[in-house]
Amino acid sequence: MNVASLADKSIVTRADFFAPSLGKRLAYVAVFVYLVYAAATLGLSLDRIEKGVGYGVRFLAGFFPPNFTETDIIPGLLESLQIAFLSSLIGTALAIPIAVLAARNLMPVWVSWLARLLIIFCRSFHPVIVAIIAVKAVGFGALAGIIALTFASIGFVGKLLSEAIEEISKKQIEAVRATGASFMNVIAYGVVPQVMNRFIGFVAYETDSNLRNSTMVGVVGAGGIGGTLFSAFQRFDYNFVAGIILCIIGLVMIGEVLQIYVKRVFR
Amino acid sequence: MTSASLEMQRWIRFTPLQRLARFAVFFVMAAAVAWALKTIEIIPEFLYDAPEQVVDMGSRMWPIDWEHFWPAVWPALVETMHMSAMATILGLMMGIPVGFLAAGNATPFLWVNLIAKFILVATRSISTLIWALFFVAMFGPGPLAGALAIAFHSIGFIGKMFSEAVEESNRGSIEALQAAGATRMQQIIMGYWPQVLPTFWSVALFRWDINVRESAVLGLVGAGGIGMALNAAIDLIQWQRVALILLTIFIVVILIETIVTQIRKKVI
Repeated sequence: MNVASLADKSIVTRADFFAPSLGKRLAYVAVFVYLVYAAATLGLSLDRIEKGVGYGVRFLAGFFPPNFTETDIIPGLLESLQIAFLSSLIGTALAIPIAVLAARNLMPVWVSWLARLLIIFCRSFHPVIVAIIAVKAVGFGALAGIIALTFASIGFVGKLLSEAIEEISKKQIEAVRATGASFMNVIAYGVVPQVMNRFIGFVAYETDSNLRNSTMVGVVGAGGIGGTLFSAFQRFDYNFVAGIILCIIGLVMIGEVLQIYVKRVFR
Repeated sequence: MTSASLEMQRWIRFTPLQRLARFAVFFVMAAAVAWALKTIEIIPEFLYDAPEQVVDMGSRMWPIDWEHFWPAVWPALVETMHMSAMATILGLMMGIPVGFLAAGNATPFLWVNLIAKFILVATRSISTLIWALFFVAMFGPGPLAGALAIAFHSIGFIGKMFSEAVEESNRGSIEALQAAGATRMQQIIMGYWPQVLPTFWSVALFRWDINVRESAVLGLVGAGGIGMALNAAIDLIQWQRVALILLTIFIVVILIETIVTQIRKKVI
Protein backbone atom coordinates (compact mmCIF):
# COMPACT_ATOMS: atom_id res chain seq x y z
CA MET A 1 0.00 0.00 0.00
CA ASN A 2 1.63 3.20 -1.05
CA VAL A 3 1.60 6.45 0.84
CA ALA A 4 -0.09 8.53 -1.89
CA SER A 5 -3.25 6.42 -1.83
CA LEU A 6 -3.27 6.54 1.98
CA ALA A 7 -3.19 10.33 1.92
CA ASP A 8 -6.44 10.41 -0.08
CA LYS A 9 -8.34 8.54 2.59
CA SER A 10 -9.85 10.38 5.52
CA ILE A 11 -9.57 7.47 7.98
CA VAL A 12 -6.54 5.20 7.95
CA THR A 13 -7.11 1.84 9.62
CA ARG A 14 -4.89 -1.09 10.48
CA ALA A 15 -6.28 -3.00 7.50
CA ASP A 16 -4.68 -0.48 5.15
CA PHE A 17 -1.21 -1.47 6.30
CA PHE A 18 -1.78 -5.19 6.55
CA ALA A 19 -3.80 -5.61 3.37
CA PRO A 20 -3.24 -9.12 2.00
CA SER A 21 -1.37 -9.01 -1.28
CA LEU A 22 -2.80 -11.17 -4.04
CA GLY A 23 0.60 -12.04 -5.46
CA LYS A 24 1.88 -13.30 -2.13
CA ARG A 25 -1.17 -15.46 -1.55
CA LEU A 26 -0.89 -16.93 -5.04
CA ALA A 27 2.75 -17.73 -4.32
CA TYR A 28 1.82 -19.52 -1.10
CA VAL A 29 -0.88 -21.50 -2.93
CA ALA A 30 1.60 -22.38 -5.66
CA VAL A 31 4.15 -23.61 -3.12
CA PHE A 32 1.47 -25.68 -1.40
CA VAL A 33 0.22 -27.21 -4.65
CA TYR A 34 3.79 -28.00 -5.62
CA LEU A 35 4.40 -29.65 -2.25
CA VAL A 36 1.35 -31.89 -2.68
CA TYR A 37 2.39 -32.74 -6.24
CA ALA A 38 6.01 -33.42 -5.31
CA ALA A 39 4.93 -35.49 -2.31
CA ALA A 40 2.76 -37.55 -4.63
CA THR A 41 5.62 -38.14 -7.07
CA LEU A 42 7.91 -39.12 -4.21
CA GLY A 43 5.41 -41.77 -3.14
CA LEU A 44 4.64 -40.23 0.23
CA SER A 45 1.61 -41.73 1.94
CA LEU A 46 0.36 -41.98 5.52
CA ASP A 47 0.57 -45.75 5.42
CA ARG A 48 4.21 -45.59 4.39
CA ILE A 49 5.05 -43.03 7.06
CA GLU A 50 3.40 -45.17 9.71
CA LYS A 51 5.36 -48.25 8.69
CA GLY A 52 8.56 -46.22 8.30
CA VAL A 53 8.31 -44.73 11.77
CA GLY A 54 7.85 -48.25 13.15
CA TYR A 55 11.02 -49.40 11.38
CA GLY A 56 12.79 -46.25 12.49
CA VAL A 57 12.04 -46.88 16.15
CA ARG A 58 13.27 -50.46 15.87
CA PHE A 59 16.31 -49.22 14.04
CA LEU A 60 17.15 -46.63 16.69
CA ALA A 61 16.58 -49.23 19.40
CA GLY A 62 19.24 -51.34 17.67
CA PHE A 63 21.72 -48.49 18.29
CA PHE A 64 21.84 -49.05 22.02
CA PRO A 65 24.27 -49.53 23.53
CA PRO A 66 26.75 -47.88 21.11
CA ASN A 67 29.83 -49.96 20.57
CA PHE A 68 33.17 -48.11 20.75
CA THR A 69 35.40 -51.04 21.64
CA GLU A 70 36.28 -52.28 18.20
CA THR A 71 39.72 -51.34 17.06
CA ASP A 72 38.54 -50.26 13.61
CA ILE A 73 37.35 -46.82 14.70
CA ILE A 74 40.67 -45.20 15.60
CA PRO A 75 42.59 -46.11 12.39
CA GLY A 76 39.57 -45.05 10.34
CA LEU A 77 39.31 -41.71 12.09
CA LEU A 78 43.06 -41.12 11.76
CA GLU A 79 42.89 -41.88 8.06
CA SER A 80 40.01 -39.41 7.71
CA LEU A 81 42.16 -36.79 9.45
CA GLN A 82 45.09 -37.52 7.13
CA ILE A 83 42.87 -37.17 4.08
CA ALA A 84 41.43 -33.90 5.39
CA PHE A 85 44.83 -32.33 6.18
CA LEU A 86 46.60 -33.37 2.99
CA SER A 87 43.72 -32.47 0.69
CA SER A 88 43.39 -29.07 2.37
CA LEU A 89 47.12 -28.43 1.94
CA ILE A 90 47.32 -29.54 -1.70
CA GLY A 91 43.98 -27.97 -2.57
CA THR A 92 44.91 -24.62 -1.05
CA ALA A 93 48.34 -24.65 -2.65
CA LEU A 94 46.74 -25.20 -6.07
CA ALA A 95 43.89 -22.79 -5.37
CA ILE A 96 46.12 -19.76 -4.68
CA PRO A 97 47.60 -19.40 -8.20
CA ILE A 98 44.24 -20.28 -9.77
CA ALA A 99 42.50 -17.62 -7.68
CA VAL A 100 45.09 -15.01 -8.69
CA LEU A 101 44.56 -15.97 -12.33
CA ALA A 102 40.78 -15.77 -11.89
CA ALA A 103 40.77 -12.29 -10.35
CA ARG A 104 39.46 -9.92 -13.00
CA ASN A 105 41.25 -6.88 -11.61
CA LEU A 106 44.71 -8.46 -12.00
CA MET A 107 44.43 -10.50 -15.19
CA PRO A 108 43.34 -10.05 -18.79
CA VAL A 109 39.78 -11.18 -19.51
CA TRP A 110 40.55 -14.46 -21.28
CA VAL A 111 42.91 -15.68 -18.55
CA SER A 112 40.40 -14.95 -15.81
CA TRP A 113 37.64 -16.70 -17.75
CA LEU A 114 39.70 -19.85 -18.19
CA ALA A 115 40.58 -19.91 -14.50
CA ARG A 116 36.98 -19.26 -13.52
CA LEU A 117 35.83 -22.12 -15.71
CA LEU A 118 38.26 -24.41 -13.90
CA ILE A 119 36.93 -23.22 -10.53
CA ILE A 120 33.32 -23.73 -11.62
CA PHE A 121 34.21 -27.20 -12.82
CA CYS A 122 35.74 -28.13 -9.46
CA ARG A 123 32.82 -26.65 -7.56
CA SER A 124 29.95 -28.18 -9.42
CA PHE A 125 30.59 -31.81 -8.54
CA HIS A 126 29.93 -33.10 -5.06
CA PRO A 127 33.12 -34.53 -3.49
CA VAL A 128 31.55 -37.98 -3.33
CA ILE A 129 30.96 -38.01 -7.09
CA VAL A 130 34.57 -37.00 -7.69
CA ALA A 131 35.54 -39.71 -5.20
CA ILE A 132 33.72 -42.38 -7.22
CA ILE A 133 35.59 -41.36 -10.34
CA ALA A 134 38.87 -41.14 -8.42
CA VAL A 135 38.34 -44.63 -6.99
CA LYS A 136 37.85 -45.96 -10.51
CA ALA A 137 40.97 -44.11 -11.67
CA VAL A 138 43.48 -44.77 -8.87
CA GLY A 139 41.95 -47.65 -6.95
CA PHE A 140 40.58 -47.94 -3.42
CA GLY A 141 42.22 -46.11 -0.55
CA ALA A 142 43.16 -42.76 0.86
CA LEU A 143 44.68 -41.46 -2.38
CA ALA A 144 41.27 -41.37 -4.06
CA GLY A 145 39.86 -39.48 -1.09
CA ILE A 146 42.69 -36.95 -1.22
CA ILE A 147 42.13 -36.37 -4.94
CA ALA A 148 38.38 -35.92 -4.44
CA LEU A 149 38.70 -33.45 -1.60
CA THR A 150 41.52 -31.60 -3.34
CA PHE A 151 39.11 -30.89 -6.18
CA ALA A 152 36.53 -29.57 -3.74
CA SER A 153 39.14 -27.40 -2.00
CA ILE A 154 40.32 -25.86 -5.27
CA GLY A 155 36.74 -24.95 -6.11
CA PHE A 156 35.89 -23.51 -2.72
CA VAL A 157 39.09 -21.63 -1.83
CA GLY A 158 39.56 -20.59 -5.46
CA LYS A 159 36.14 -19.00 -5.69
CA LEU A 160 36.21 -17.17 -2.37
CA LEU A 161 39.82 -16.06 -2.70
CA SER A 162 39.32 -14.73 -6.22
CA GLU A 163 36.28 -12.79 -5.01
CA ALA A 164 38.29 -11.45 -2.07
CA ILE A 165 41.07 -10.33 -4.43
CA GLU A 166 38.53 -8.62 -6.67
CA GLU A 167 37.23 -6.63 -3.71
CA ILE A 168 40.60 -5.21 -2.61
CA SER A 169 41.44 -1.54 -2.79
CA LYS A 170 43.16 -0.48 -6.01
CA LYS A 171 45.10 2.32 -4.35
CA GLN A 172 47.64 0.13 -2.58
CA ILE A 173 48.32 -1.81 -5.76
CA GLU A 174 48.89 1.39 -7.69
CA ALA A 175 51.19 2.65 -4.96
CA VAL A 176 53.28 -0.51 -5.10
CA ARG A 177 53.31 -0.41 -8.90
CA ALA A 178 54.42 3.22 -8.87
CA THR A 179 57.61 2.18 -7.09
CA GLY A 180 58.45 0.00 -10.08
CA ALA A 181 57.64 -3.28 -8.45
CA SER A 182 57.41 -6.48 -10.49
CA PHE A 183 54.19 -8.49 -10.71
CA MET A 184 55.24 -10.84 -7.93
CA ASN A 185 56.11 -7.86 -5.74
CA VAL A 186 52.70 -6.33 -6.40
CA ILE A 187 51.13 -9.60 -5.27
CA ALA A 188 53.35 -9.85 -2.21
CA TYR A 189 53.06 -6.26 -0.96
CA GLY A 190 49.83 -5.02 -2.55
CA VAL A 191 47.48 -7.99 -2.59
CA VAL A 192 48.52 -10.45 0.14
CA PRO A 193 48.27 -8.03 3.09
CA GLN A 194 44.74 -7.13 2.03
CA VAL A 195 43.38 -10.66 1.70
CA MET A 196 45.47 -12.58 4.25
CA ASN A 197 42.98 -12.61 7.13
CA ARG A 198 40.05 -13.60 4.97
CA PHE A 199 42.19 -16.24 3.28
CA ILE A 200 42.99 -17.86 6.62
CA GLY A 201 39.28 -17.86 7.42
CA PHE A 202 38.55 -19.66 4.12
CA VAL A 203 41.27 -22.21 4.73
CA ALA A 204 40.02 -22.90 8.25
CA TYR A 205 36.51 -23.34 6.93
CA GLU A 206 37.74 -25.50 4.10
CA THR A 207 39.71 -27.77 6.43
CA ASP A 208 36.62 -28.14 8.59
CA SER A 209 34.49 -28.99 5.57
CA ASN A 210 37.13 -31.43 4.29
CA LEU A 211 37.06 -33.11 7.67
CA ARG A 212 33.31 -33.63 7.37
CA ASN A 213 33.58 -34.89 3.82
CA SER A 214 36.54 -37.15 4.60
CA THR A 215 34.25 -39.10 6.91
CA MET A 216 31.91 -39.52 3.96
CA VAL A 217 34.08 -40.41 0.96
CA GLY A 218 34.81 -43.82 2.49
CA VAL A 219 31.28 -44.89 1.58
CA VAL A 220 32.45 -45.18 -2.03
CA GLY A 221 35.79 -46.72 -1.06
CA ALA A 222 37.99 -43.64 -0.95
CA GLY A 223 39.46 -44.25 2.51
CA GLY A 224 38.67 -43.03 5.99
CA ILE A 225 36.05 -43.88 8.58
CA GLY A 226 33.21 -43.86 6.02
CA GLY A 227 34.22 -47.27 4.70
CA THR A 228 34.09 -48.77 8.20
CA LEU A 229 30.71 -47.15 8.73
CA PHE A 230 29.29 -48.40 5.47
CA SER A 231 30.44 -51.98 6.02
CA ALA A 232 29.02 -51.93 9.56
CA PHE A 233 25.73 -50.78 8.05
CA GLN A 234 25.75 -53.54 5.50
CA ARG A 235 26.26 -56.27 8.09
CA PHE A 236 23.50 -54.73 10.29
CA ASP A 237 25.93 -54.13 13.16
CA TYR A 238 23.93 -51.14 14.38
CA ASN A 239 25.64 -50.84 17.77
CA PHE A 240 28.92 -50.31 15.97
CA VAL A 241 27.24 -47.90 13.54
CA ALA A 242 26.05 -45.83 16.50
CA GLY A 243 29.55 -45.80 17.97
CA ILE A 244 31.10 -44.63 14.69
CA ILE A 245 28.47 -41.93 14.16
CA LEU A 246 29.00 -40.58 17.67
CA CYS A 247 32.76 -40.50 17.02
CA ILE A 248 32.19 -38.62 13.74
CA ILE A 249 29.93 -36.10 15.47
CA GLY A 250 32.59 -35.60 18.13
CA LEU A 251 35.32 -35.11 15.53
CA VAL A 252 33.22 -32.65 13.52
CA MET A 253 32.37 -30.68 16.66
CA ILE A 254 36.05 -30.45 17.62
CA GLY A 255 36.79 -29.29 14.07
CA GLU A 256 34.13 -26.61 14.27
CA VAL A 257 35.40 -25.30 17.62
CA LEU A 258 38.99 -25.21 16.29
CA GLN A 259 37.81 -23.42 13.17
CA ILE A 260 36.11 -20.70 15.23
CA TYR A 261 39.24 -20.40 17.38
CA VAL A 262 41.53 -20.00 14.36
CA LYS A 263 39.26 -17.35 12.87
CA ARG A 264 39.27 -15.46 16.17
CA VAL A 265 43.09 -15.53 16.36
CA PHE A 266 43.40 -14.04 12.89
CA ARG A 267 40.69 -11.40 13.13
CA MET B 1 67.97 10.61 21.09
CA THR B 2 69.22 7.50 22.81
CA SER B 3 68.81 4.04 21.46
CA ALA B 4 66.63 3.09 24.45
CA SER B 5 63.94 5.62 23.55
CA LEU B 6 64.07 4.46 19.92
CA GLU B 7 63.44 0.99 21.24
CA MET B 8 60.42 2.31 23.13
CA GLN B 9 58.96 3.86 20.00
CA ARG B 10 59.15 0.76 17.88
CA TRP B 11 55.65 -0.08 16.77
CA ILE B 12 54.68 -3.73 17.15
CA ARG B 13 51.41 -4.75 15.59
CA PHE B 14 50.43 -7.64 17.82
CA THR B 15 50.68 -8.27 21.54
CA PRO B 16 52.94 -11.17 22.57
CA LEU B 17 49.86 -13.25 23.35
CA GLN B 18 48.45 -12.68 19.85
CA ARG B 19 51.78 -13.61 18.31
CA LEU B 20 51.92 -16.73 20.44
CA ALA B 21 48.40 -17.71 19.34
CA ARG B 22 49.30 -17.17 15.69
CA PHE B 23 52.48 -19.15 16.07
CA ALA B 24 50.53 -21.94 17.78
CA VAL B 25 48.06 -22.12 14.89
CA PHE B 26 50.83 -22.32 12.28
CA PHE B 27 52.76 -24.83 14.35
CA VAL B 28 49.75 -27.10 14.78
CA MET B 29 48.98 -26.85 11.04
CA ALA B 30 52.55 -27.80 10.11
CA ALA B 31 52.62 -30.62 12.65
CA ALA B 32 49.30 -31.98 11.39
CA VAL B 33 50.49 -31.99 7.79
CA ALA B 34 53.82 -33.55 8.72
CA TRP B 35 52.08 -36.28 10.69
CA ALA B 36 49.63 -36.95 7.86
CA LEU B 37 52.39 -37.15 5.25
CA LYS B 38 54.46 -39.47 7.39
CA THR B 39 51.77 -41.94 8.34
CA ILE B 40 49.37 -42.04 5.39
CA GLU B 41 49.15 -45.34 3.57
CA ILE B 42 49.30 -44.79 -0.15
CA ILE B 43 50.34 -47.54 -2.46
CA PRO B 44 53.07 -45.88 -4.58
CA GLU B 45 52.21 -47.92 -7.70
CA PHE B 46 48.70 -46.49 -7.61
CA LEU B 47 50.11 -42.98 -7.42
CA TYR B 48 52.53 -43.39 -10.36
CA ASP B 49 49.86 -45.14 -12.35
CA ALA B 50 47.21 -42.46 -11.75
CA PRO B 51 47.74 -40.15 -14.78
CA GLU B 52 47.73 -43.10 -17.17
CA GLN B 53 44.55 -44.51 -15.62
CA VAL B 54 42.78 -41.14 -15.76
CA VAL B 55 43.64 -40.71 -19.44
CA ASP B 56 42.44 -44.25 -20.12
CA MET B 57 39.13 -43.58 -18.37
CA GLY B 58 38.70 -40.31 -20.23
CA SER B 59 39.21 -42.05 -23.54
CA ARG B 60 36.55 -44.63 -22.68
CA MET B 61 34.07 -41.83 -21.90
CA TRP B 62 34.18 -40.65 -25.50
CA PRO B 63 31.93 -40.43 -27.50
CA ILE B 64 29.17 -39.40 -25.08
CA ASP B 65 26.09 -41.63 -25.28
CA TRP B 66 23.45 -38.97 -26.06
CA GLU B 67 20.77 -41.58 -26.82
CA HIS B 68 20.63 -42.42 -23.14
CA PHE B 69 19.36 -38.97 -22.10
CA TRP B 70 15.59 -39.09 -22.69
CA PRO B 71 14.84 -42.66 -21.57
CA ALA B 72 16.92 -42.71 -18.38
CA VAL B 73 18.69 -39.49 -17.42
CA TRP B 74 15.80 -37.01 -17.83
CA PRO B 75 13.36 -38.81 -15.47
CA ALA B 76 16.15 -39.19 -12.91
CA LEU B 77 16.95 -35.50 -13.26
CA VAL B 78 13.31 -34.51 -12.67
CA GLU B 79 13.28 -36.74 -9.60
CA THR B 80 16.43 -35.02 -8.35
CA MET B 81 14.84 -31.61 -8.78
CA HIS B 82 11.71 -32.67 -6.89
CA MET B 83 13.85 -34.17 -4.16
CA SER B 84 15.92 -31.04 -3.70
CA ALA B 85 12.91 -28.67 -3.76
CA MET B 86 10.94 -30.81 -1.29
CA ALA B 87 14.00 -31.13 0.92
CA THR B 88 14.58 -27.37 0.94
CA ILE B 89 10.97 -26.60 1.90
CA LEU B 90 10.91 -29.33 4.55
CA GLY B 91 14.27 -28.20 5.85
CA LEU B 92 13.02 -24.61 6.15
CA MET B 93 9.88 -25.79 7.94
CA MET B 94 11.94 -27.74 10.47
CA GLY B 95 14.97 -25.49 10.66
CA ILE B 96 13.29 -22.11 11.24
CA PRO B 97 11.47 -23.09 14.48
CA VAL B 98 14.68 -24.65 15.82
CA GLY B 99 16.55 -21.49 14.82
CA PHE B 100 14.11 -19.35 16.81
CA LEU B 101 14.44 -21.69 19.79
CA ALA B 102 18.23 -21.42 19.60
CA ALA B 103 18.25 -17.60 19.60
CA GLY B 104 18.73 -16.26 23.11
CA ASN B 105 16.61 -13.11 22.64
CA ALA B 106 13.56 -14.76 21.04
CA THR B 107 13.57 -17.68 23.49
CA PRO B 108 14.88 -16.51 26.86
CA PHE B 109 15.29 -19.98 28.35
CA LEU B 110 18.90 -21.09 28.46
CA TRP B 111 18.24 -24.83 28.51
CA VAL B 112 15.91 -24.59 25.49
CA ASN B 113 18.63 -22.66 23.64
CA LEU B 114 21.22 -25.28 24.48
CA ILE B 115 19.01 -28.18 23.37
CA ALA B 116 18.16 -26.36 20.13
CA LYS B 117 21.85 -25.60 19.50
CA PHE B 118 22.72 -29.23 20.06
CA ILE B 119 20.06 -30.25 17.51
CA LEU B 120 21.57 -27.78 15.03
CA VAL B 121 25.12 -29.09 15.45
CA ALA B 122 24.10 -32.76 15.48
CA THR B 123 21.97 -32.60 12.33
CA ARG B 124 24.75 -30.75 10.54
CA SER B 125 27.47 -33.16 11.64
CA ILE B 126 25.74 -36.22 10.23
CA SER B 127 26.34 -36.08 6.50
CA THR B 128 23.55 -36.47 3.95
CA LEU B 129 24.80 -39.91 2.97
CA ILE B 130 24.46 -41.19 6.53
CA TRP B 131 21.01 -39.64 6.87
CA ALA B 132 20.15 -41.31 3.59
CA LEU B 133 21.28 -44.70 4.92
CA PHE B 134 18.87 -44.20 7.83
CA PHE B 135 15.92 -43.19 5.76
CA VAL B 136 16.50 -45.89 3.19
CA ALA B 137 16.33 -48.37 6.06
CA MET B 138 13.14 -46.69 7.29
CA PHE B 139 11.18 -46.00 4.11
CA GLY B 140 12.88 -48.27 1.63
CA PRO B 141 14.93 -47.14 -1.38
CA GLY B 142 13.58 -44.22 -3.36
CA PRO B 143 13.44 -40.43 -3.58
CA LEU B 144 11.41 -40.09 -0.36
CA ALA B 145 14.40 -41.28 1.67
CA GLY B 146 16.61 -38.88 -0.26
CA ALA B 147 14.36 -35.87 0.30
CA LEU B 148 14.13 -36.56 4.03
CA ALA B 149 17.90 -37.08 4.26
CA ILE B 150 18.67 -33.71 2.68
CA ALA B 151 15.93 -32.00 4.70
CA PHE B 152 17.32 -33.28 8.01
CA HIS B 153 20.86 -32.38 7.06
CA SER B 154 19.70 -28.86 6.10
CA ILE B 155 18.16 -28.20 9.53
CA GLY B 156 21.55 -27.39 11.01
CA PHE B 157 22.59 -24.86 8.39
CA ILE B 158 19.21 -23.16 8.11
CA GLY B 159 18.68 -23.04 11.88
CA LYS B 160 22.16 -21.65 12.49
CA MET B 161 21.72 -18.86 9.94
CA PHE B 162 18.31 -18.03 11.38
CA SER B 163 19.33 -17.97 15.01
CA GLU B 164 22.24 -15.66 14.12
CA ALA B 165 19.91 -13.34 12.19
CA VAL B 166 17.38 -13.33 15.03
CA GLU B 167 20.07 -12.57 17.60
CA GLU B 168 21.27 -9.62 15.53
CA SER B 169 17.80 -8.17 15.02
CA ASN B 170 16.89 -4.73 16.31
CA ARG B 171 15.44 -4.60 19.83
CA GLY B 172 13.36 -1.45 19.25
CA SER B 173 10.42 -3.00 17.46
CA ILE B 174 10.40 -5.97 19.85
CA GLU B 175 10.23 -3.65 22.87
CA ALA B 176 7.42 -1.71 21.23
CA LEU B 177 5.48 -4.95 20.79
CA GLN B 178 6.18 -6.00 24.36
CA ALA B 179 4.95 -2.61 25.60
CA ALA B 180 1.77 -3.15 23.60
CA GLY B 181 1.28 -6.47 25.39
CA ALA B 182 2.08 -8.81 22.52
CA THR B 183 2.50 -12.48 23.36
CA ARG B 184 5.77 -14.23 22.53
CA MET B 185 4.30 -15.75 19.36
CA GLN B 186 3.04 -12.34 18.24
CA GLN B 187 6.48 -10.87 18.94
CA ILE B 188 8.03 -13.50 16.71
CA ILE B 189 5.54 -13.07 13.87
CA MET B 190 5.26 -9.27 13.89
CA GLY B 191 8.62 -8.31 15.41
CA TYR B 192 11.34 -10.78 14.45
CA TRP B 193 9.96 -12.28 11.26
CA PRO B 194 9.91 -9.07 9.18
CA GLN B 195 13.49 -8.41 10.30
CA VAL B 196 14.77 -11.84 9.29
CA LEU B 197 12.83 -12.01 6.01
CA PRO B 198 15.89 -11.11 3.88
CA THR B 199 17.80 -13.89 5.65
CA PHE B 200 14.93 -16.23 4.88
CA TRP B 201 15.17 -15.61 1.15
CA SER B 202 18.93 -15.74 0.98
CA VAL B 203 19.10 -18.92 3.10
CA ALA B 204 16.31 -20.61 1.14
CA LEU B 205 17.98 -19.92 -2.20
CA PHE B 206 21.48 -20.75 -1.01
CA ARG B 207 20.34 -24.00 0.56
CA TRP B 208 18.40 -24.99 -2.54
CA ASP B 209 21.54 -24.53 -4.58
CA ILE B 210 23.48 -26.77 -2.15
CA ASN B 211 20.68 -29.31 -1.98
CA VAL B 212 20.65 -29.84 -5.74
CA ARG B 213 24.34 -30.79 -5.56
CA GLU B 214 23.74 -33.01 -2.57
CA SER B 215 20.79 -34.79 -4.11
CA ALA B 216 22.99 -35.82 -7.02
CA VAL B 217 24.98 -38.19 -4.79
CA LEU B 218 22.24 -39.79 -2.75
CA GLY B 219 21.44 -42.34 -5.43
CA LEU B 220 24.64 -44.14 -4.42
CA VAL B 221 22.94 -45.50 -1.32
CA GLY B 222 19.65 -46.07 -3.11
CA ALA B 223 17.95 -42.80 -2.26
CA GLY B 224 16.76 -41.93 -5.74
CA GLY B 225 17.59 -39.21 -8.24
CA ILE B 226 20.32 -38.85 -10.82
CA GLY B 227 22.88 -40.49 -8.51
CA MET B 228 21.05 -43.77 -9.02
CA ALA B 229 21.47 -43.46 -12.79
CA LEU B 230 25.14 -42.60 -12.26
CA ASN B 231 25.65 -45.57 -9.98
CA ALA B 232 23.97 -47.93 -12.42
CA ALA B 233 26.11 -46.66 -15.29
CA ILE B 234 29.32 -47.05 -13.24
CA ASP B 235 28.40 -50.53 -12.07
CA LEU B 236 27.71 -51.60 -15.66
CA ILE B 237 31.02 -49.97 -16.75
CA GLN B 238 29.16 -47.83 -19.31
CA TRP B 239 31.61 -44.91 -19.27
CA GLN B 240 29.93 -43.16 -22.17
CA ARG B 241 26.75 -42.94 -20.11
CA VAL B 242 28.72 -41.86 -17.06
CA ALA B 243 30.09 -38.99 -19.13
CA LEU B 244 26.58 -38.00 -20.18
CA ILE B 245 25.32 -38.00 -16.58
CA LEU B 246 28.30 -36.02 -15.31
CA LEU B 247 27.78 -33.47 -18.07
CA THR B 248 24.09 -33.22 -17.17
CA ILE B 249 24.89 -32.62 -13.50
CA PHE B 250 27.47 -30.01 -14.45
CA ILE B 251 25.04 -28.08 -16.65
CA VAL B 252 22.18 -28.26 -14.15
CA VAL B 253 24.36 -27.08 -11.28
CA ILE B 254 25.65 -24.12 -13.30
CA LEU B 255 22.11 -23.23 -14.45
CA ILE B 256 20.80 -23.26 -10.90
CA GLU B 257 23.69 -21.22 -9.60
CA THR B 258 23.05 -18.63 -12.29
CA ILE B 259 19.32 -18.54 -11.49
CA VAL B 260 20.01 -18.20 -7.77
CA THR B 261 22.49 -15.34 -8.28
CA GLN B 262 19.99 -13.54 -10.54
CA ILE B 263 17.14 -13.91 -8.01
CA ARG B 264 19.40 -12.83 -5.16
CA LYS B 265 20.35 -9.69 -7.06
CA LYS B 266 16.67 -8.84 -7.60
CA VAL B 267 15.20 -9.81 -4.22
CA ILE B 268 17.93 -8.84 -1.78
